[in-house]
Amino acid sequence: MSHRLSSGGRLIDRSKPLAFKFNRRKARGFAGDTLASALLGSGRTLLGRSFKYHRPRGLVASGAEEPNVLVNLGRGNRHEPDQRATTTELFEGAWATSQNHWPSLGFDIGAVNDFASKLMPAGFYYKTFMHSLEAWHSLFEPIIRRAAGLGKAPTKPDPDRYEQAYAYCDVLVAGGGVAGLAAALKAAKEGKRVILAEQTAHWGGRAPVDGGLIDGQTPEIWIQNTLQALEGMENVRLMTRTMVAGLHDHGYAILYERVADHTPGDGRPRHRLWRTRAGITQVATGAIERPLAFAGNDVPGVMLASAVRDYIVNWAVAPGKRLVIVTNNDDAYRTALCALGAGLEVAAVIDARPAPTGPLVEALRERGVKVLEGRAIAKVKGSKAVKAVEIASHAGEGGAVEVIDCDCVAMSGGWSPVVHLYSHAGGKVKWDAAAVMFRPDAAKPPTGDKGQPIAAAVGAANGHLTLDAICAEAGMVGQVEAEAPLMPVWVMPAKASEALKFKAFLDYQNDVKVSDVQLAAREGYASVEHTKRYTTLGMATDQGKLSNINGLAILSEALGQEIPATGTTTFRPPYTPISFGAITGEARGEIFQPLRKTPMHDWHQAKGAHWEPVGLWRRPYTYPRKGEKHRESVNREIVNTRTNVGLLDASTLGKIVVKGPDAGRFLDMMYTNLMSTLPVGKCRYGLMCSDNGFLIDDGVVVRLSEDTWLCHTTSGGADRIHGHLEDWLQCEWWDWKVYTANLTEQYAQVAVVGPKARKLLEKLGGMDVSREALPFMTYREGTLGGFPARVFRISFSGELSYEIAVPANMGLAFWEALHKAGEEFGVMPYGTEALHVMRAEKGFIMIGDETDGTVIPQDLGLGWAISKKKADYLGKRAQERKHMTDPDRWTLVGLETLDGSVLPDGVYAIDEGVNENGQRKVQGRVTSTYYSPMLKKGIAMGLVKHGPARMGEVLEFPADGGKVIQARIVDPVFYDKAGEKADV
Amino acid sequence: MLTLTCPCCGVTVEETELAPGGEAHLKRFGPGASDADFETYMFARKNPKGVHFERWRHAYGCGKWFLAARCTVTWEVFGTYPAQTSEPPAELIAKIKEKRPGWEGWK
Amino acid sequence: MRRYSIFAVAREALRYHSGWEKAWASPEPKKRYDVIVVGAGGHGLATAYYLGKVHGIKNVAIIEKGWLGGGNTGRNTTIIRSNYLQDPSAAIYEKARALYEGLSQDLNYNVMFSPRGLLMLAQSEHEMRGYKRTVYANNLQNVETRWIEPKEVKKLVPILNIAGPRYPVLGALYQEKGGTARHDAVAWGYARACSDMGMDLLQNTEVTGVRTAEGKVVGVDTSRGAIDCGKLAIVVAGHSSVLAGMAGFRLPIESMALQAWVSEPIKPTIDVVVMANLVHGYMSQSDKGELVIGGGTDGFNNYSQRGSWHHVEETTRALIETFPVISRLKMLRQWGGIVDMTGDRSPILSKTPVEGIFVNCGWGTGGFKAIPGSGFAMAELVAKGYSPLAAEFGLHRFKEGQFIDESVAAGVAH
Repeated sequence: MSHRLSSGGRLIDRSKPLAFKFNRRKARGFAGDTLASALLGSGRTLLGRSFKYHRPRGLVASGAEEPNVLVNLGRGNRHEPDQRATTTELFEGAWATSQNHWPSLGFDIGAVNDFASKLMPAGFYYKTFMHSLEAWHSLFEPIIRRAAGLGKAPTKPDPDRYEQAYAYCDVLVAGGGVAGLAAALKAAKEGKRVILAEQTAHWGGRAPVDGGLIDGQTPEIWIQNTLQALEGMENVRLMTRTMVAGLHDHGYAILYERVADHTPGDGRPRHRLWRTRAGITQVATGAIERPLAFAGNDVPGVMLASAVRDYIVNWAVAPGKRLVIVTNNDDAYRTALCALGAGLEVAAVIDARPAPTGPLVEALRERGVKVLEGRAIAKVKGSKAVKAVEIASHAGEGGAVEVIDCDCVAMSGGWSPVVHLYSHAGGKVKWDAAAVMFRPDAAKPPTGDKGQPIAAAVGAANGHLTLDAICAEAGMVGQVEAEAPLMPVWVMPAKASEALKFKAFLDYQNDVKVSDVQLAAREGYASVEHTKRYTTLGMATDQGKLSNINGLAILSEALGQEIPATGTTTFRPPYTPISFGAITGEARGEIFQPLRKTPMHDWHQAKGAHWEPVGLWRRPYTYPRKGEKHRESVNREIVNTRTNVGLLDASTLGKIVVKGPDAGRFLDMMYTNLMSTLPVGKCRYGLMCSDNGFLIDDGVVVRLSEDTWLCHTTSGGADRIHGHLEDWLQCEWWDWKVYTANLTEQYAQVAVVGPKARKLLEKLGGMDVSREALPFMTYREGTLGGFPARVFRISFSGELSYEIAVPANMGLAFWEALHKAGEEFGVMPYGTEALHVMRAEKGFIMIGDETDGTVIPQDLGLGWAISKKKADYLGKRAQERKHMTDPDRWTLVGLETLDGSVLPDGVYAIDEGVNENGQRKVQGRVTSTYYSPMLKKGIAMGLVKHGPARMGEVLEFPADGGKVIQARIVDPVFYDKAGEKADV
Repeated sequence: MLTLTCPCCGVTVEETELAPGGEAHLKRFGPGASDADFETYMFARKNPKGVHFERWRHAYGCGKWFLAARCTVTWEVFGTYPAQTSEPPAELIAKIKEKRPGWEGWK
Repeated sequence: MRRYSIFAVAREALRYHSGWEKAWASPEPKKRYDVIVVGAGGHGLATAYYLGKVHGIKNVAIIEKGWLGGGNTGRNTTIIRSNYLQDPSAAIYEKARALYEGLSQDLNYNVMFSPRGLLMLAQSEHEMRGYKRTVYANNLQNVETRWIEPKEVKKLVPILNIAGPRYPVLGALYQEKGGTARHDAVAWGYARACSDMGMDLLQNTEVTGVRTAEGKVVGVDTSRGAIDCGKLAIVVAGHSSVLAGMAGFRLPIESMALQAWVSEPIKPTIDVVVMANLVHGYMSQSDKGELVIGGGTDGFNNYSQRGSWHHVEETTRALIETFPVISRLKMLRQWGGIVDMTGDRSPILSKTPVEGIFVNCGWGTGGFKAIPGSGFAMAELVAKGYSPLAAEFGLHRFKEGQFIDESVAAGVAH
């Protein structure tokens, strides 16, 4: 029975008791406890259920490698599933529940019995449930889905906030143990900028638990002194509760700081993600002890030997009263000594080695503890708690020679360096047969932008498992008991029977057993990646920290090859799971993405505009009045604009100035039209294609002066088109003398549209806006109502129309002045939908509606905008290709339903028969379709095969519910066909 | 996450400041070119597993395009240089040859 | 081949599963094959499988540099859909989806095809129009899709944030018969079936050269010696340019990294696959309980199977915006694959300038869903020299300007 010891516990503060609840029951711990130590200290050992068989599970480890005890932590909107108890610092009022069982942790209906588990070896699901798709999808899969998964899914949005920060350093040290502290101090003394990150809340790693002397000092003293030195240095940043989650290319490291996990709701950000550029990362991440694979090694109470002494020393928690130690190395004897020191009983040490010797072994023998040599645990007795162990000869098949009662088994199969960070960005590891471990290959480090190493491993992560070796590497002197070599033990006992191997677990969380890996090998899943994926070994939330090496060794044995020939799976970031919240940072909700606002944005908002996202902008779709449906307000805006005057906030239109001696020549290449011949003060509608021939943008180009043009682009296109211009200017015609500038945000722009537009502007005064002074498709600069303004006589609605640009900071005032002056003329704002309808009534194309990346200007009847005089423009050669000149290409026409209804968006016109693949042949499609309040009927534009030659023909458009809509091919100009309204 | 040195600004910047632009030193073919030449210019790419000459724009910085020689496997950057050139600088070629003896050259 | 079934599993359970035979053989290479398929990913294995099954060509080797299924087949987010806009795409992806429906039974290997439904969210007027158009196109292409309104979207995905604030959901393109499958099982199932037909799976065998004579392929050089062949099918995704280079031609391909990641496993919370293309992210929940997440490609040439971190941030942001409840979940594992992007982002199934050499590549970010259809079409192309499903995906389109551009239908093409 686990319990709290009456004294000791270097990390806990007994003067600060904490109350918490586990499975709705009250429990107590102390400040400094982890949830794991507090649970164990309060006598709880059954703490979870495994993934596949729902077997009882208790704590195996004391740190980030823990595979078993994952809990639902927190309630309501602070609920977090799959939280690792060993890395959860206890806090007052913590609420945790165990996972993956029903109805209760103690009695789980989902638990799979012995026979059923035999039906469910690795990959059994690939061989079964194949009766039919229906049976799989409706019957088996739902059962599997419900049984799988671990924690409860959250159901509420997260109330906490998360931060992201940048950091730069010459040396990033990952891990605050002895090796990491020493590496940080060394680099700091050399004047380097150092960040030292430790994933736990405490410095020193294992040394304070394991003991020894560093430069003659106890680990505690040495750590304190070293920290003091580091804290006094300006070039050092010390970070606890901060894990280096991943090391990426070019020395980019992601640091995950758990700022307030232990003080939830205190107002600080919960996590902080540090995007760090490090010259070199010193991987001082230590090593992780390996379990031993014997039958029943998953029964609650079987723990890593190092974890047992961690609990005793750090938190004064005894995992049991009567311990058995099972090992293949000397290090585990420290656990025995530690347990004895804490007043616990050590029933025996079971050592697989035939004749263990050395100071640690002798020290234990002197204390009168039985050391069973060449022995193994054949099997653990007990299901929800350890009751006893059966002892057998390690060399044999598991015939029991002795049974020892105990309530805790401390196991050690040796240690594996934590090489994850070294491997993330491509560093290689090599097998050290003598030390029985993979260690970083210093000859093949991950490399950076100059081909230089970006990581180096130190300390236990580099394979130096003992304090003297760690110190020696760091140029210090370490003293610690000498250890004899370990003996590799991958299965215990060595020739364990099938029945035993069927209970010998490798991956505790995913229930992968020795027999599963051997089955994978037998079936030909011989690559380590195949085995991993077939058995799910190492794919649980601990990512195989305990299981990978053991699994690899067993696979190698099964394949009859050496471990290096089998190789390792790839280590992927993050080292342990990190929250999506931290990955996201502050960018959520309203500030999920930057919001671009025109100067009149708040006015629109105040007037109740319904917004439409356009790129990062928001534009008013319409301004519904109280009780008005969007459809109604759009129609009102159109009718008013066409009969009185309407105002459109056109500020989002791209405005790019192109200037210089070669600007005309340059624009002739960029547009299909001839722009160099445009007279000063005139406007011309222009089309832009990619060099692959497709139409990418359109807009009105204005010649401001002899060497200056202003190019309007679509709202979403300003940045893209500016980039496009610069691309060609810088990379192709770099000797041409041209500058471009994107002035989109420098100007607010308003379209003043409608028969009364001129009257309105005349009322503002300051500029002659008469037909004579400012004819259609011309431009003038001056003042309007006191505002400095550029006035363009252009029209996208077919009405008398002025587009007026004023400096952005005057945009709102100008907009308001227009409204005020326009009151007597019935002025109203209109939104994007009215804009769309009015341009469609006039048969004007819209980029993104009539074009979709597959359309060329010739398809849209825009041949008039393609200069025949020019030798070259972007897209010209492309448009000469076979498919581009195909007379069968679909071409722009107008479409009118026979019954006056509105065609649905995107419907296709069918043709006779089907193609080779059985698809119905089509001959056209609708690109824009609206209700025209002026014509009081549906109008549409579309692309139709041989369209313009087929005026009057009726096409059939299959629509929803099997309905077929008939529509006639007509001229795309529906309103004011003679074009009398704009040029007045 | 790459870092590249913008030859215009002279600063080494994060990938998030940059926009990639594909293979460098493509020769544009316009009107009058054969179908094959135009297709090659528009679509055929070396796409080497190794040293790649590529275009980048310091999009969220000075706005200038520049070219880089970079290994597509290790991400080692051999050098960056202004876009206003039709071939890589000789000293860069020499540097790459020294670092990658088996390299087949940029063409 | 011994058939897999619940009875076989029960029988083996009595003897600790000691009687299972190898799923596929590991033979020595023969001197000559009628067809060599380079690349034992899903597409290569499916090509070989349908060569044997449909066309009776069984003297086939599948050569794989690493381990079978070790490329993008085992690295993708397993989405299966056929709601494409253009006719050729809809045809081949729908063929694939239909074959997936019976694939477990066909291969006697449970690939766990799960038609759980797939939603593409419309979050702008433009997207809404695009998806409605796709629905109309699909209805004429024998692809069952429909447009659904926000209310129904919310019913299908209760954890979805319908109301924005930045990009409210205006509806969705819904393919009820879309879904997911177990990616490794697809490769393994095909491999087992190919091996059973007597085809040779040559793993850990690298092609080092392509041998031609008089403009015609005669064989390949490999790390295990020269092997002759009548025809050669190159089906190596991201490495297509390298193989094409050996055969002396260039492809309109660029290799880039595409990243994906999963959360820790939780109990079922989302039943359908959701793609939010405007904000660039998509998510589903695997049978294991992990949320499977991906976004767009990294955008620069890359063969390293690692991507750039900022894409992970951007996509995760998009998904928290879409599913606010996932904020407290944790990323378990992140990885990258090398995808082969063509000039029009549609695949290539084509003859090549060298007689007898065929390429199947350019699936970019969307290859997994196509595997059975791609293999079926490629086998037909190799066997007969023509396949209606492949006809429009030839290399000729880049010369003639006859592209198959799906970008209008989906910013992220998965």
